[in-house]
Amino acid sequence: MSVRVGHAAEAEDFPMAAKKLLQNRQLRDNLRHATDVIRGKRAKVVNELPDWEELRSAAHEVKEHVLRYLGSYLEQFEQKCKQAGGQVHWARDASEANGIIAGIIKRHGESEVIKVKTMTSDEMSLNDALQAAGITPYETDLADLIIQLGEDAPSHIVVPALHRNRSEVRQIFQEKMHLKDLGDRPEDLTAAAREYLREKFLRVKIGISGANFAIAESGSVVVVESEGNGRMCVSLPRVLITIVGIEKILPRFEDLEIFLQLLPRSATGERMNPYNSIWAGPSGTDGPQEFHVVLLDNGRTNVMADPESSETLDCIRCGACLNACPVYRQTGGHAYGSVYAGPIGAILTPQLQALEHSQSLPYASSLCGACYEVCPVKINIPDILIHLRGEIVKRGDAPLNERIAMKAVGFALSNGRRLSTAQKLARIVQRPFEHDGNLQDLPSMLAGWTTFRDLAAVPKTSFREWWAERGKGTGT
Amino acid sequence: MRISLFITCYNDTLFPETGKAVVKVLEGLGHTVEFRSAQACCGQMHYNAGYQTHALPLMEHFVLVFAGAETICIPSSSCVAMIRDHYPKMASRAGNPELGRQVADLLPRVFEFSELLVDKLGITDVGAFYPHAVTLHPSCHSLRSLCVGDKPVRLLQKVRGLRLVELPDSEQCCGFGGMFAIKNADVSAAMLSEKLECILNTQAEVVTALDNSCLMHIEGGLSRRRAGIKCVHIAEILAGTEPVSQA
Repeated sequence: MSVRVGHAAEAEDFPMAAKKLLQNRQLRDNLRHATDVIRGKRAKVVNELPDWEELRSAAHEVKEHVLRYLGSYLEQFEQKCKQAGGQVHWARDASEANGIIAGIIKRHGESEVIKVKTMTSDEMSLNDALQAAGITPYETDLADLIIQLGEDAPSHIVVPALHRNRSEVRQIFQEKMHLKDLGDRPEDLTAAAREYLREKFLRVKIGISGANFAIAESGSVVVVESEGNGRMCVSLPRVLITIVGIEKILPRFEDLEIFLQLLPRSATGERMNPYNSIWAGPSGTDGPQEFHVVLLDNGRTNVMADPESSETLDCIRCGACLNACPVYRQTGGHAYGSVYAGPIGAILTPQLQALEHSQSLPYASSLCGACYEVCPVKINIPDILIHLRGEIVKRGDAPLNERIAMKAVGFALSNGRRLSTAQKLARIVQRPFEHDGNLQDLPSMLAGWTTFRDLAAVPKTSFREWWAERGKGTGT
Repeated sequence: MRISLFITCYNDTLFPETGKAVVKVLEGLGHTVEFRSAQACCGQMHYNAGYQTHALPLMEHFVLVFAGAETICIPSSSCVAMIRDHYPKMASRAGNPELGRQVADLLPRVFEFSELLVDKLGITDVGAFYPHAVTLHPSCHSLRSLCVGDKPVRLLQKVRGLRLVELPDSEQCCGFGGMFAIKNADVSAAMLSEKLECILNTQAEVVTALDNSCLMHIEGGLSRRRAGIKCVHIAEILAGTEPVSQA
């Protein structure tokens, strides 16, 4: 098995990628505006619910329960889905899943598919694999269409084109749809997309979707969305293929009651999604005549193996942590080098790849806790970031200068007497760098501080020295 | 009350004035302050940076030093968060039930400075005088881990002469984050710059917080910009007194 998460394995380290993106003023303005708007909407509809905290706890409990008994729930799902006439495929990794999907399409002699937004397919690099097999995928979610036509990468889990503003979208559409006179009002752009997509909805015979949830007791699959493109993708084609990450299972239909309150409020600040599609297998002559589910592992069982961080798999991909994150707010999603950006991406991407890649991501956080505060399933992201840093250090993958510094500082801080000696030493060592009470141009790791900020010199008397002197004076 | 001060390693070394102010305020309220000189560090930096094995002996040392202390006052919410949120887990991961019991025994006696004043001592007016326009940066740990709520505001509102100015987007992180400020210096600086814009907009003379770590970061940015705004720990404001008339 070889786990790949999009192109994360080849991505630049976070600090380097972030440094470049920070130069893009337009991008940062778009980000600030978009995240402020979504955060405001979310806060409003979350505050309406008096039992929000209870809902979060309940969701966390359900998800943790599912992970504990995942094997049996997956088997139950498979059995129920087959009973309803669906075909179930198991894929250990992205390339197996891509192969299964391309195989189904080829068997039907087709060379085109329509897709409803699925991050999991981006994780699998499904579009690349299909194109390599001579199959053309059409994204039908507006933002995904912008990404696809712009030959771009998603920068947000829920709003993948958040980094683009409408004049940029207009330019992409003008060029790729050959529309010279296109305006840049939202209604102009959506009308152009609608016209472009309508023909594909009616013509293409195979649809591909992801799943927000898969219900074990009924074998049904749930997709929620806002644009109606999803409803068309899962109802118009003759054949429907749904990709389900194995952690998307819910035991019972009634569990949706919790999650369908949490997800839309957290994701888009809506009380309910405009379109909630739930189906189990093909039915008669209405809708797809053939239904396939591809159950994808791709590293998820790696994540489950570590009890300190397995709750990462509780994620329902709402994107609230991205919108709340002060780091994401500055850099946007591309800095994370993965289809999963922001705080959840910083813990999920490295874990899926068993920490073989994306090791800079667990450090891409100030541990401010804003992500944990908004997470609808209460994933303690800051704790998991710390845990993953610990795993990186344990593997011996932390930089040598950092390891030496940490060891030395750990020794200096190990008791009061050593700390006192270290304080005296610091006052001597700092002398060459001291100018007007500030330390300047510090070497090595500390240069990261003094490049952007001043640092006051260590004062002449420490608190403990003052206290000792005071004790002598007063005799206490 | 006998109050044992855990000054924290960085306040001890870099911000002795904060410690002096804590002593002045607590003694001014009639309490006895003790300082156990064997104390050093809570282990937060190592723990958060991924050096949990280095943090463990620091934690064990803390537990040993403060065993039997009646009340422990810590003028740093991030160190209190380290102790409250992580010590129990560290003890259980270390497979040491005795250490776990010692931690459980210690935790109810640990107070961040504003918690100590408002919750434990039941006081919001410490009789301070500080004639300046002040804005409060609610540090992330005080806000989301300790959930101190309006305790610092209530303390500041009672300070004579002080005009409290609201900070826009106050709940945004300043970008410090310990090692983050060094490992991701560019992003950290961008976050700081947004925080500084908000601070400059308040026209306050002084920025305060429960944590000198965030204040050191903010001060570093303000000083680089020659902004002329000072960063002062809340204890130093609460220790402010009316100038004695020379007459």
